[in-house]
Amino acid sequence: MNRTPESYSPEINDLLSRRSLLQTASCGFGYMALMGMCGEAAARDDTYKNPLAVRPSHFNPSAKRVIFLFMQGGPPQVDTFDYKPQLQKNGGKKVGNGTLMPSPFKFNRAGKSGLQISEAFPNLAKHADDLCLLNGMHTTNPAHPQATILAHTGSINFVRPSVGSWVLYGLGTENNDLPGFITINPPNRLGGAQNYGSAFLPACFQGTPIGGQGASSLPNLYNRELTSAQQRKQLDLVQKMNRELRERSGVNDELDGVIESFELAFRMQGKVPEVMDIKNESQKTLANYGIGRGKASDAFGKQCLMARRFAENGVRYIEVHHGGWDLHNGLKARLTKNAASTDAPIAGLLSDLKERGMLKDTLVVWGGEFGRTPAGQSAKGDGRRHNNRGYSMWMAGGGIRGGMRYGATDEFGDTAIKGKIHIHDLHATMLHQLGLDHEKLTYKYAGRDFRLTDVYGNVVKEIIA
Amino acid sequence: MRKLPLLLLPALALLFSPSNDLQAQKLTAKENAFFEKSIRPLLAKHCYKCHSKKAGKSKGGLYLDSQAGWMDGGDSGPAITAGSPEKSLLIKAISYKDKDIEMPPKEKLSDSEIAALTRWVRMGAPDPRKGSKADKPRARSTIDIAKGRQFWAFKKPQKHAAPLPSNGTWALGDIDRFILKSLEEKKLKPAEDADRATLIRRVTYDLTGLPPEPEEIDSFINDKSPRAFETVVDRLLASKRFGERWGRHWLDIARYGESTGRTRNFPFTFAWRYRDYVIDSFNADKPYDKFIAEQIAGDLLAKKTPVDKRDRLVATGFLAMGSKDLNERNREQYLMDNIDDQIDTTTRSVLALTVSCARCHDHKFDPIPTKDYYALAGIFESTEILSGLNARGQKGGYKASDKLIALSTRVKPDGEKISKAEVEMKKMQEQLQQLRTEMRERQKALGALNKKNGKKKGKDRTSAAEFAAKRKEHQKRLQELKKEVQEVNRALNRKKNRGGGSAPTGDYAMGVSDMPKAVDSRIRIRGEVSNKGSEVSRGFLQVLSGKKRPHFSSKSSGRLQLADWLTSRENPLTARVMVNRTWHHLFGRGIVRTVDNFGETGERPTHPELLDHLALSFQEDDWSVKNLIRRMVLSRTYRMSSNYSEAHYAVDPGNELLWRMRQKRLDAESLRDSMLAIGGELELSRPVGSPVMKLPINEIGRSLARAKKTLDGNYRSVYLPIMRSFVPQILQTFDFAEPSMVKGNRDVTTVPTQALYLMNNPFVHRQSKNLARILMDKDGLTNAERIDLAYKLALSRAPTTFEAIRSLTYLKSFQSRNEKGSNPDLNALASLCHALFSVAEFRYLN
Repeated sequence: MNRTPESYSPEINDLLSRRSLLQTASCGFGYMALMGMCGEAAARDDTYKNPLAVRPSHFNPSAKRVIFLFMQGGPPQVDTFDYKPQLQKNGGKKVGNGTLMPSPFKFNRAGKSGLQISEAFPNLAKHADDLCLLNGMHTTNPAHPQATILAHTGSINFVRPSVGSWVLYGLGTENNDLPGFITINPPNRLGGAQNYGSAFLPACFQGTPIGGQGASSLPNLYNRELTSAQQRKQLDLVQKMNRELRERSGVNDELDGVIESFELAFRMQGKVPEVMDIKNESQKTLANYGIGRGKASDAFGKQCLMARRFAENGVRYIEVHHGGWDLHNGLKARLTKNAASTDAPIAGLLSDLKERGMLKDTLVVWGGEFGRTPAGQSAKGDGRRHNNRGYSMWMAGGGIRGGMRYGATDEFGDTAIKGKIHIHDLHATMLHQLGLDHEKLTYKYAGRDFRLTDVYGNVVKEIIA
Repeated sequence: MRKLPLLLLPALALLFSPSNDLQAQKLTAKENAFFEKSIRPLLAKHCYKCHSKKAGKSKGGLYLDSQAGWMDGGDSGPAITAGSPEKSLLIKAISYKDKDIEMPPKEKLSDSEIAALTRWVRMGAPDPRKGSKADKPRARSTIDIAKGRQFWAFKKPQKHAAPLPSNGTWALGDIDRFILKSLEEKKLKPAEDADRATLIRRVTYDLTGLPPEPEEIDSFINDKSPRAFETVVDRLLASKRFGERWGRHWLDIARYGESTGRTRNFPFTFAWRYRDYVIDSFNADKPYDKFIAEQIAGDLLAKKTPVDKRDRLVATGFLAMGSKDLNERNREQYLMDNIDDQIDTTTRSVLALTVSCARCHDHKFDPIPTKDYYALAGIFESTEILSGLNARGQKGGYKASDKLIALSTRVKPDGEKISKAEVEMKKMQEQLQQLRTEMRERQKALGALNKKNGKKKGKDRTSAAEFAAKRKEHQKRLQELKKEVQEVNRALNRKKNRGGGSAPTGDYAMGVSDMPKAVDSRIRIRGEVSNKGSEVSRGFLQVLSGKKRPHFSSKSSGRLQLADWLTSRENPLTARVMVNRTWHHLFGRGIVRTVDNFGETGERPTHPELLDHLALSFQEDDWSVKNLIRRMVLSRTYRMSSNYSEAHYAVDPGNELLWRMRQKRLDAESLRDSMLAIGGELELSRPVGSPVMKLPINEIGRSLARAKKTLDGNYRSVYLPIMRSFVPQILQTFDFAEPSMVKGNRDVTTVPTQALYLMNNPFVHRQSKNLARILMDKDGLTNAERIDLAYKLALSRAPTTFEAIRSLTYLKSFQSRNEKGSNPDLNALASLCHALFSVAEFRYLN
């Protein structure tokens, strides 16, 4: 109290004391208290645990993170990854729900595995031996909003946490400078924020949207009033006051958490723009992702590259959204366009992950909320209807077998008949790859334990490497 | 058969099936031979896998390996009505006529097998397989209600004399005696009283959600009267700000939201009326029983006695406010999901019971059978939700302004004839109906004509010309009709439209009303809407009901009886739950910590006798919430300091026994409102309606960008638009309650995104600058005095000398950017104010 005022703000001293504070936290941030959980899951005492700290998985994981490439609208399986020679031979034939429309795309064998992949995806085809085509997908509802919400939360009838929130809740995040669950370019319709919301899980598990609704980055990342030095000085004052309060309060983990959160926030200001800045990526990388002015794949390429950068920096769950797959008409032209904007970026992402040794522990999932019929939209139509009975997705990396075609639809590609995978099974499998048992990952709310897969879900063991 | 009460079913099955007399039945040789040859192998081959003791499975609760098995039947009731294949579920299932029950599920039986089983049932289903009584499949519900009543929460609160603690001077009232006694039992002492500055800050935030003004702090500190604190409390309770704070607590529980959320997120144009009703009710200190009754049955109460009609109609918005899946095409599913929301919200908010768990099966932990769920469901099935919106698949699209409550007195009591446009629409609808009727008749006539002519073929040539003429006339008219129908349809759709229309304006509210005819609901087996089981008479939870059953007529939904039951003094939960919620908000944690769950899986009360005491006095006090709060905050317990004590911490680290006051965090609303208030921008008047009214009836995502500007304002946060999926950023960041679910206990998280908000959001910067400007504009203040005032405004206390000197140094050393027109002194002061808004102390209540 009787030091001269001048001796109170040497920044170096303060910085040092802050550092030492961090170092005393022997277990790193996992020890630091970022939050007090209330609700029914709360412990009986008042100690606070950091919910975002890394939590042990149930068993050894094959994947550490997920990149979910969501193709909203319902990509047609028979034009992409479900090769149906009988459909090609039976164009014009009347079937239960219309007239068969052969695919305007040729399929080619690719890779050593010889997987049949549509000519629309020439770059992706080069990765055939890493892909596991899931041709027996099916889901509950053929309407966009319901199926989209189901694919993201496992529930149609109730507001439930999203897959990414469950994953973050189950595993925590490895990097406290970044959010643990990021969704790039999410739509604000079709369930909107519910698709990355945390519902009854605490809000810190919700996804952070980037892009889509106008925000090109995380909110509140830039200070428009103060210079960096001014801000640091201000923050030093704030933290001094916080620490004084902490001193006065006796045992108070929650205040430790507040103090820590400001340091993390300060670091995020620097870290997030750095991670999001692709300026230093090589020309070759940019080209691999199809990034370049005027290229159809420029936007999605940047998003995929961003996904890789987030993944590399410890983000646990990343979704990249690409719309425009609701191909009721103009199928050939529009699918060609979609392929042009996504083929190179996705192929680029796979090569990049592989080169960096990350594909083996990054689970990449591609697909929409459902598929489309082999029958045409109308007799003459150049489009297909919604189809929840059968559709295709694919996985790559993260301990999934490559060069494999699993499951099948009927001879024309309409209904899944073999190796059927419901969206609950898909979720169970995704969690399994992350080392989480979907029956054990529960959260107590309203008097009972909830899980992502409710009472459903079987892990698809056959596709695991 | 299903129309009869569940209990009668087995008896009736026996009555109607003479050959089913268990005791007397003896099979003839012929019957026996037929069964052994044709039926037993068939059942064994196709059914036993899932419906036999041997396989250990009774899917759907059904056994088919004994006579008793099919007689008792499964979840859907008896499988066979002997002698009547057409009444037998088993035959219905194997004939694959109903998509919802097809058995065996994988493959249909052969025609001859179906014929054999049908014949067998017609014969009276002679069955030699006698299972002993003990082998009978279990009755559908195994819940022992009587035993369930022994659980603490289901017993009526008991009157307990306040204990006599050994410290005879500390306690000011009964609350303190209960608290002190349990502290003394652990050899703990209550903390000393909080200082006055801390206390007035605490109580002002707790009661109004706003900081005390410096003058208020000073006057309290200087008030020498022994009733000084009472004066403060009474002033706060009388303030309009009180309802805004405590109303919001209720809105968390009522899952208040101004849009449907979920698949197609449409705005609820008039949800705000319910919000205002809730706030006004708390300000008026409406008795809590009345408050609940109005929300459940306000429309019916208004019919009974014509007072406060408007309020009572608006109150029923509680039942209409749930999130809705407008894209749901299955009407039944839509209906049952909305009913589930109503049951869940009603039972968790008022009773803190998770009744919704019993939608698909008997409650796994609490004595709530599925039957009770559907007893409640009947009440809501007899109730129409008037939310102003329709699910997909309803005629006319999503917008349904006829599905709202018309509040205006100019409107006829039947609620019709609301606006000119709607009159027109109604006319068109009638016209359409007429045209369609004529069309149907013409078609019928034409068909008859053709048929008649076909029969007469060749015989009656004279009428050929006449026939042709008639036919032509019909066809011509049909063409015309078709065209007209198309035109009217098109015009009508333009009026109604699936979206894009302007918001309805006028004197409407969301709410509910009774259906023309009340019905009892049927159990939906495993919660599947199409899998209908027995009908259940409307009623309440058995475990919370006496022997007297209320009467339900077919003319009224029964919400009135439901309201009576909920607010009856016999109900052991209603008062306890509300008292506990109040305690939770004031003391930072409920006496029952799981405020929304008093069931088996919830926690037990830390102070059960105190809880009962408070519940009973709440009832005796005519359910006055203000008096309840007053009693709590005037207790010595509430006035304790939150100071740490190592010795006490060692004994009770979680402070369960309340040896000190719990530190509380400001919620999102208080945080925002405080900054606005201190920055001098807070608009205390209530906005008219909600910005949501300006949104077209369309998906919010589509129109939000346009409307964004209008969605903000400097009103108190309780008046910000709460559209699901679009909760304002500051609220979302600071742990606002998810508006789709009952949330009596918000999460308290600490994450960097909150720190980022405080550091960088322009809103915080603006309020900091506002405060700085206020300080600068005060005449004749020195910097030290400015700092003093800033501390008082933000932290309700003066800075210590040390803090004052540090702040002065900070101002001096602040290197302002040399920008044209900028005021370095103001910027420095703003930065200091910003720091005060950012510190933990600002966000905590000691």
